[in-house]
Amino acid sequence: MTDVTNGEYDAFLEALAAGEGYYRNCENGHGLLPPRRVCPHCGDRNLTERDLPSAGDIVTHTTVSVPTPQFEDEAPYVTAVVDFDGVRLTGIVRGIDPEAVEIGDRVTATVESTETDGKRTIVFRPAE
Amino acid sequence: MSQVQLAGTGMTTFGSHPDRTGRDMFADAGLAALEDAGVPAADVDELFYGNFVGTLSEGQGHQGPLMAEAFGTTAPSRRIESACASSGLAVHDAVRAIRSGESDVVVAGGMERMTNMGTAGATKGLASAADDLYEVRAGVTFPGAYALMARAYFDEYGGTHEDLAHIAVKNHDNALANDHAHLRQEITVADALEAPEIASPFTLYDACPISDGAAAIVLASPEYAAEHDLEADVAITGAGHGGDTMALHDRQSLSKTPATRDAAVDAYDDADVDPSDISVAEVHDCFTIAEVLALEALGLYSHGEAIGAARRGETCRDGELPVNLSGGLKAKGHPVGATGAAQVAAVATLLDGTHPRADAVDDATVGVAQNAGGTVASATVHVLEVME
Repeated sequence: MTDVTNGEYDAFLEALAAGEGYYRNCENGHGLLPPRRVCPHCGDRNLTERDLPSAGDIVTHTTVSVPTPQFEDEAPYVTAVVDFDGVRLTGIVRGIDPEAVEIGDRVTATVESTETDGKRTIVFRPAE
Repeated sequence: MSQVQLAGTGMTTFGSHPDRTGRDMFADAGLAALEDAGVPAADVDELFYGNFVGTLSEGQGHQGPLMAEAFGTTAPSRRIESACASSGLAVHDAVRAIRSGESDVVVAGGMERMTNMGTAGATKGLASAADDLYEVRAGVTFPGAYALMARAYFDEYGGTHEDLAHIAVKNHDNALANDHAHLRQEITVADALEAPEIASPFTLYDACPISDGAAAIVLASPEYAAEHDLEADVAITGAGHGGDTMALHDRQSLSKTPATRDAAVDAYDDADVDPSDISVAEVHDCFTIAEVLALEALGLYSHGEAIGAARRGETCRDGELPVNLSGGLKAKGHPVGATGAAQVAAVATLLDGTHPRADAVDDATVGVAQNAGGTVASATVHVLEVME
């Protein structure tokens, strides 16, 4: 199992880790994460690849105190949804005191290891 | 569309039953429902059975035939998995089976065995209702997902954790009279606010418990009910099923649940009722904010208004629109696969006067049950009515 990857999800993480995050945009402006062949909102199949903007805004967040086993050593930690100008990502917020995280905070997205089992996860850090 | 007679209901006590097998719990619910209906197992044409994590908790796939056997038949069966909406979907599909004319008598229900997995195992199992790649691997838990929606709701419409605490207090209070409920424990707003945090802004009392249990209902065609002289005072007159994207980040709004709205529009149209006709509701309050989102999506409140409904007393037992008189998922408990059927059973017994909280709605003739899967990527709505 260890060598098995999840196709384009892993390719996306590698791109994001290299600072080359991307997403798909449909003709009606819906931003989508790979793998996507068709827009679930409007059925458009004419998706174009775009660069993920370098920073985005937190639209909602929570501090998780009761984690799943794979985040046991990380809790309490902050999970947030971040809007990158039309496409949204979910990830772990690091580098901001959990008590200080607010909607509207500007962050960048990258890929780091989880504390529990060292697996890759999407991480947000404060934008410069 | 035509009515489907609700002939009988049955359920186990919801609670912590780690040593009870799923088949034994479903036998309790199925046999009780058949007895209540006065229908022999031999007359059951089909079983629609909801279950979420049975392959994880009991290592048991293909549970349909096992559960049919448990109440005395080898009639055809199927397991339906739509996370927490599994048995709402079982009821929905059972209604369709009768309306299509293919079946005269069906059992719809569900079972979940979860406490044997432990808190960590159950948390992991429940999280699988979210997008594994883009949510669970980014730290989203089930309480965490609803906490993300709660924070977005507060940001858009206002509201406080104290408003949510009033919902928990109300539903705990309702469960005090329900001897099938998991948590029969009175709590105060202060208890809820001071409890340990699980995913901010939620504390322990914003969350439903991890429960074991089963529920079943017997549905019959009007022709079968008349021919066999069934005592079926309540019918399902409307059914709807709505969908949305799995991941929260793919939604247009984090503070609305269009899957419930779509299901409600279809169910109301099907039953030819308006939200103003409804005088009792059982809604999917896996977390306190979920009751708010459900009431707004059901059209019973405008967006931004349901957050204060429990605090103002409107959804309490003596309010205009009592909500979750059973105790809801919050206090009655949430054996995931059993929940949707248990909600329909609760509305039916509130309408026919046999529920311990039926006194609160003794003139009610129309009720609604709303069941949601994941963060409401699936939703079912059923309208139940007292028949003349």
